[in-house]
Amino acid sequence: MAESPEAQAKTTGADLEDRPPGLGEHAPAGGYGIYTAGLGFALLLTIASFIVARSHLLWPPGMPVGLAVLAIAQMGVHLVFFLQIGTGPDNTNNVIALAFGILIVTLIVSGTLWIMAHLDANMPAMLPPELLRGS
Amino acid sequence: MSAGAASILGRVEPGTARGHGGGGPASTRITVAYGFWIFLLSDIIMFSTLFATYAVLKGATAGGPDGRALFELKTVGYETACLLFSSYTCGIGFLSAERHRVELFYGCFAITFLLGAAFLGFEASEFARMVAMGAGPARSAFLSAFFSLVGLHGLHVTVGLLWLVYLVAQTAAFGLKDFVCRRLHCFSLFWHALDIIWVALFTLVYLMGVQ
Repeated sequence: MAESPEAQAKTTGADLEDRPPGLGEHAPAGGYGIYTAGLGFALLLTIASFIVARSHLLWPPGMPVGLAVLAIAQMGVHLVFFLQIGTGPDNTNNVIALAFGILIVTLIVSGTLWIMAHLDANMPAMLPPELLRGS
Repeated sequence: MSAGAASILGRVEPGTARGHGGGGPASTRITVAYGFWIFLLSDIIMFSTLFATYAVLKGATAGGPDGRALFELKTVGYETACLLFSSYTCGIGFLSAERHRVELFYGCFAITFLLGAAFLGFEASEFARMVAMGAGPARSAFLSAFFSLVGLHGLHVTVGLLWLVYLVAQTAAFGLKDFVCRRLHCFSLFWHALDIIWVALFTLVYLMGVQ
C-alpha cells in the first residue's frame, strides 16, 4: 500500500516546522473521560473480587483461578486506562518493553513455584512429621 | 521514507515521532516516559521475586497464625479504595497540569496525598495489630515473607508521598513548565504502577489468604 498524498504532505509539513526536536511537546495524553472510565472498570472488578472472595458464588477449589482472572483483568484496565499503554504509534516501544517484563515475571514466578514444589516433594523430611508440625 | 516502511508503520502525523526514524526524533516527553517505564518494569520484576517467595512460603506458618486468623478484609477493602481513588486523582491532577489548570492540579494532588497517607495509616495499624498479637515478621517464614512483600509496597508508597510533596514544591517554585510536567508524568506513572502491584498483592495475599 502506498502512502496517500495527504499523509506525505503532512510529513513534510512536520519537518518544516521551525523548532528543535523534543521541544513544544504538548501532546494531550488522553482525556479526563478515559481516566473516569478506567476508575469505573477498576471499581467494578475490585468489588467483584471482594464479593467472590467472601461469598460462595464460585466452586471453592476454583476460587483462586477466578480471583486471578479478575486481578489480571484489573491490571489490564490499569495499564490501558491509567498508564495508557495502548496501540498508539508512540507506544510501540512501551508495549515491547511490557511484553519483555511480563516474560521475565512469568519465568521468575512460575519457575520458582515449579522448582520449590519439586524440592518440597522430593526432599526427605529431616524430622518425624509430628515434630515438624509442632515446633 | 519509503512507501513500504510507511505502510508497516502506519501514517506519520506531524510531530508524532515513534522512535523508528519516521517523523524525526521522538519528543522528550516520549523518551522520558519510556525510560521511566523501563524502570517501573524492573521494579515490578523485583516485586515478582517477593511474590514468588511469598507464594512458596505461604504454608510455612511454623505452628503460628495463618492468613485466615490474621487478615481482615474490611481493612484491605479500605486500603484498596484509598489507593484506587488516589491513582485516579493523581491521573486527573497530571492531566490538569498539562492543561495548565493550576487549581485543579493542586486540589487533585492534595487529595492524592491524603488518600496515600490514609492507605499508609491503615497499613501501619494492621502491622501494629499483628505485631501486638505476637505475629511479627520473626514468628514464621510465612510472616517474614508477608512483611517483606507488603512492607516493601508500603515503603514505595511512602517514597511516593515524599516525591509528591517535592514535586508540588517544584510546581510552586517553577510553575507548570515542560520539565515540571515531565516529572509529574513520571510520578503519575509510578503511582499507577504501585496500584497495579497492589491489585496483585490484595488478590494473592489477602483474598486468597483468607480462604
